[in-house]
Amino acid sequence: MIAELGLAILWMAAALAALQLIAGSLALRPEGRALIGLVRPVAVMQGVLVLVAFAALITLFVTTDLSVKLVADNSHSAKPLIFKIAGTWGNHEGSMLMWVTIMAVAGAVVAVIERRLDEATLIATLAGQAFISLGFYAFLLFASNPFARLAQVPEEGQGLNPLLQDVGLAFHPPTLYIGYVGLSIAFSFAVGALVTRNVGPAFARAMRPWVLGAWIFLTVGITAGSYWAYYTLGWGGWWFWDPVENASLMPWLAATALLHSVSVLSSRDALRTWTVMLGVLAFSMSMVGTFLVRSGILTSVHAFAVDPQRGAFILALLAIDIGGALALFTLRAGTVTEGKRFAFISREAALVFNNVMLCGILGIVLIGTLYPLVTEAYGVKVSVGAPYFNPAAAIFAFPMFAVMTVGPLLRWRKDRLTGERSARTTWPLLVCAGVGLAVFAGVELAARDITILPALGLAIAAALLPASLLPLVGRNLRRTPLPVWGMVLAHAGIAVSLFGMASESAFSVERLAALSVGEARDVGPWTVRLQGIMPVAGPNWTALEATAAASYAGAAPIMLHPKAETFTNPPGTRTESALSTRWNGQLYVVLGEHGADGRWQMRFWWKPFVPLIWIGGAMVALGGLLALAGRVFADLRRFIAKAKIAVRRVDQGR
Amino acid sequence: MIRLLAAALLGMLALVSPVLAQESVAPAPYAYRQLADPEQEARAKALMITLRCVMCQSQSIADSDAPIAGDMRSEVRQRIARGEDPEHIRQWLIARYGDFVSYTPQVKPITWPLFAAPVVILLLAALLLRGRFARTPPAGEGDRA
Repeated sequence: MIAELGLAILWMAAALAALQLIAGSLALRPEGRALIGLVRPVAVMQGVLVLVAFAALITLFVTTDLSVKLVADNSHSAKPLIFKIAGTWGNHEGSMLMWVTIMAVAGAVVAVIERRLDEATLIATLAGQAFISLGFYAFLLFASNPFARLAQVPEEGQGLNPLLQDVGLAFHPPTLYIGYVGLSIAFSFAVGALVTRNVGPAFARAMRPWVLGAWIFLTVGITAGSYWAYYTLGWGGWWFWDPVENASLMPWLAATALLHSVSVLSSRDALRTWTVMLGVLAFSMSMVGTFLVRSGILTSVHAFAVDPQRGAFILALLAIDIGGALALFTLRAGTVTEGKRFAFISREAALVFNNVMLCGILGIVLIGTLYPLVTEAYGVKVSVGAPYFNPAAAIFAFPMFAVMTVGPLLRWRKDRLTGERSARTTWPLLVCAGVGLAVFAGVELAARDITILPALGLAIAAALLPASLLPLVGRNLRRTPLPVWGMVLAHAGIAVSLFGMASESAFSVERLAALSVGEARDVGPWTVRLQGIMPVAGPNWTALEATAAASYAGAAPIMLHPKAETFTNPPGTRTESALSTRWNGQLYVVLGEHGADGRWQMRFWWKPFVPLIWIGGAMVALGGLLALAGRVFADLRRFIAKAKIAVRRVDQGR
Repeated sequence: MIRLLAAALLGMLALVSPVLAQESVAPAPYAYRQLADPEQEARAKALMITLRCVMCQSQSIADSDAPIAGDMRSEVRQRIARGEDPEHIRQWLIARYGDFVSYTPQVKPITWPLFAAPVVILLLAALLLRGRFARTPPAGEGDRA
């Protein structure tokens, strides 16, 4: 019953999306004015309905209704509740329903709260949003129905891939999807502004919170995903240039560029076409990411769906949405003027330069990810990995970091680095550059076997960190606006993260050992002693758990418990590494197999400063949050002030 | 596609059944053992992280539990210990498993676009930036530094 209800409600939501598109398009013409009041309520209702459909699917998973094919294929009655819920989106159909849900709810929120934008642009935006949604509704209803029943009800479900039964992963897909969908809103705003020829600061201000929000979620999603890979895959790696990781990195890069460009547009009325282009690009990358992950075109841990028909469907959606947006852009490009001009040395120029560099990195990641698919079409299988991505991306990343040190200190429109401004910008920057050079020289002298990229990374991080704090110098800290704090924190986060990455790749120590109980092994400054092995059991797994005493430089030992887990439904194994975190790094301990000679395979890594990678990522996300909070508070204040003025006017009887 | 599926299935099978793995003949002595000489081990490690585990999904042989990755690690370490050149080992593996095994793309006609990409993107970026800055600066702006 719940399944049928869910499906019916999903059809109704799709019908409302169609109504939203038609009413919205008609309302933009003079003869369709009467329909203008219809669009907002329809958008809200669509959001509510699809939310109910999604709740229906979650209910089916929670109650393990095995007559539903999706539940039988992906769930199991003995699974802990949280993974039953997370199982809802741990598969193709459920994740697409979640995508549509987030999209419709976001559309509803826009319909409810957005009041600053002129009505026509907003209606066009909601119509654009409905257009994109319709494509995904069609995909769900015709090619991936999540509510399909089975003719024969199985005894028990297939269960969920053990790798996915992890709290971190339970919330990884929703986070990324919110990011992707936030970019779809930004895209719809861009389309709406193009339709009504209204690309300007008002449009940028309406779009900015959505871009910021999407970007925060993408940042959190990527950071958390990287940490998840680090602690579950059991070999200490944290980024693999896996196509699915790239699928989340590409929208992030585009969103980062868009975020900065939107700021320029809203405060300086410059970069109009550029912002619209980036809006289209950012959502295109979300679609490309979805296509790569959901079409099963990749052989990767994440590609659960192996069905070319679905791939073709998403590819068609991608072509229609992006092709349509680009066609509209070409038609209207003549009416969108470039906006205000700026000099070569100005904050706008620095932002444009870094936007172009971000797009360069994006280009490298895109080509490196897609190229193996191209050659495979010609019958040649090649792999593109870190040895290509790292140096090719560095060509663009390092100049970008260099400009990042300068940019926030420059003035809008026009600045100079000599004369009275040199005390404020040039000299402090030279000091930062000196710090970077000193670190580079120190690293090269102290450890000659370090390759060039990590050495450069350490040096640039050392220069970027102090430089990113410079915008606060000379300001009254209590009166510094939140968005400035946000920028400083996010830029410092990039430096911190870069330092962690460079340090991990330069200084990690690896030790593989076969140990009998009681034996010890050194790894870097640590000594790790295997003290015992115990069998333990969970709700749907059994495991061997080692007790290892780790002592740092002779200090009192810390007990660590790495596990090797075995799952039965579906059968699989998972290593649960044990981590010991210090201020200067992390010890990573893994229990491997039991050797024929009775000894235990163990793996140890000492990774200096590795947590900084994710701490930096968290700082970046927090910076985004501060900026968003600052913008929202400012809007609220303006709203309240306006309301007060209105009230006063009424009181005075005007 | 079928071949891929088969490979994936085999990989999964190998992953889920340590018993099978233990029964496999020809034990790989250096799968989970490092070379005694740290310099040689560093060289082996640098090579291993650029070799793909052909049974796994997007993992190098340096971070995979699959038996074939273990065999390949052992092979690489033994050859490095014998003083073989890392690039030579890579070519030997490519001859056996195809280009797919190397995460470092080999320069060949089919991969030229991959290596041209950074240059092309750089040129595009330069064009884009030039187009933006080469125009007339804001009024009253004569002294561009």
